[in-house]
Amino acid sequence: MALIHLSSPHVSNANSSPNMMRLVLIALLPGILAMTVFFGWGTLIQIALAATLALLFEAAVLRLRKRPVGFFLRDYSALVTAVLLAVALPPFSAWWVTATGIFVAIVIAKQLYGGLGNNPFNPAMVAYALLLVSFPVEMTRWTAPITQGGEGWQVASFIDTLRVIFGSVEPAFYDSFTGATPLDELRHRNGLTTEELWRQSDVLLNGVGAWYAVSAAWFMGGIFLLSRKVFTWHTPLSMLIALFLVASMFYGFDPDSYVSPIVHLGVGATMLGAFFIATDPVSSATSNRGKIVFGASIGVLIYIIRTWGNYPDAVAFSVLLLNLCAPFIDQYTQPRTYGHAKPNRGLKGKNQ
Amino acid sequence: MSVDYRKITLNGLWENNPALVQLLGLCPLLAVTSSVVNALGLGLATMLVLTSSNLTVSLFRRLVPETVRLPIFVMIIASFVTAIELLMQAFTYELYLILGIFIPLIVTNCVIMGRADAFAAKNPVSAALTDGFMMSLGFTSVLVLLGAIREALGTGALFANMHLLFGDSARSWTITLVEQYDGFLFAILPPGAFVGLGLLIALKNVIDARLKARREAKAAPAARASGSKRVRVTG
Repeated sequence: MALIHLSSPHVSNANSSPNMMRLVLIALLPGILAMTVFFGWGTLIQIALAATLALLFEAAVLRLRKRPVGFFLRDYSALVTAVLLAVALPPFSAWWVTATGIFVAIVIAKQLYGGLGNNPFNPAMVAYALLLVSFPVEMTRWTAPITQGGEGWQVASFIDTLRVIFGSVEPAFYDSFTGATPLDELRHRNGLTTEELWRQSDVLLNGVGAWYAVSAAWFMGGIFLLSRKVFTWHTPLSMLIALFLVASMFYGFDPDSYVSPIVHLGVGATMLGAFFIATDPVSSATSNRGKIVFGASIGVLIYIIRTWGNYPDAVAFSVLLLNLCAPFIDQYTQPRTYGHAKPNRGLKGKNQ
Repeated sequence: MSVDYRKITLNGLWENNPALVQLLGLCPLLAVTSSVVNALGLGLATMLVLTSSNLTVSLFRRLVPETVRLPIFVMIIASFVTAIELLMQAFTYELYLILGIFIPLIVTNCVIMGRADAFAAKNPVSAALTDGFMMSLGFTSVLVLLGAIREALGTGALFANMHLLFGDSARSWTITLVEQYDGFLFAILPPGAFVGLGLLIALKNVIDARLKARREAKAAPAARASGSKRVRVTG
């Protein structure tokens, strides 16, 4: 029951797709800024490259499909996909890694399924998972945060970054500017307890702050989107709570061999995934109850794959698996419609 | 009854291609097409089995009781598969090891069972033989094409390891398309086969649509010429 009665007029502008996509792009800005500050120019170059290619591929496929090119390019959805993939890729990825990813995201995962609104999977995450499986070396060569580079504030220059992405550099370059991510480090612990590992590892001791800062920036962007009602709180909150609860449970029992829940929330793609990827209106569950199931399952899966799986981070795989389940979740979480005594959920004939 | 060999051939290779249109036998199609040599090896084995099983089924078609026809066909197919398996063990042992379970699994390939029941059991020997050969040729060519695409994308080379099938002289057949290729693992893994097959099916449908449009364009002028005879009743 609404307690506050607003007087007329009630009509406000309908939230259109281009408008929502624009808001998402604005909300990504603090995260992009933080990544640029801590990981160098690579992120910005990747975004520029990915955005250009995404628009080109989108236009080309729309032409082939005989759809209005200008209309669909102006909905910004290709740009959002491009930026999400670009920030998920290591900043020093070679241009062909990004190009393959954008091709897969836009052409195969989005347009071949029928374009915006018809894709069962999140395009950026399909591309990310494919790249991770196909190019393990390139995809795990993550840039080291600046605080770590030997004598203080050391970061690859703009020209060097361009050379890494578009040309080739001697292997020594990678040695001085890339390193393991905190999640990598926590996976390959060589029998050390979490605390010993933490004291010994340079990434965890000095570098993890950069990851927390980037996560905080994604979080800020997510709160902005929440306040503008681009999505509801159900998916991100249930995902973060589920991840936190599962992680605390294991950490509480055995803090030596499991990682603290705060670290799980703060490193890797948790925040980016919670606010920008799991909330994709097309590929996630529809009803509020469904979104809670969807988000919580992603959170639990992230913990499972991170802890016992083969890959250090798990957001892409968890989101894809739950994208696959979304129609099923929708089927069983359909809310009661006005005028019906019972919700029309589950299999036909079962609930009558 | 006269047999339209041209139609049977066209049916097997294109119109009703087992891999691209009927989507039969997808399990071996998707599983072994990671390289040309694997695809060709399994394709040839399937060809031999399908052609000889069609021939045999057609020969005995009047003796087989309707009610137990399927078990009898399976027995016929299984005996040919066993023969092929022994042959491959004898002559291409390494390839036999690589293809592994997929050689015995030819028995369960739906193309073979399907053609035995749908065609060979109802048609004379010569027609059944042609159908078996053409269907399996259609299947094998898609197998090899998909194998070539996946091998080229995945490893940057073509026709690697052909000596497994053609003896030592084929060692030099490898064509390196790109030097220093890093490899694109996705193409080699099973999802690559699904995407590759999907694209091939799309390509076939596009070609069909183009051919149809061209045929209609050719037929259209004649129709217009006859339509102009209509008597004008207004204006």
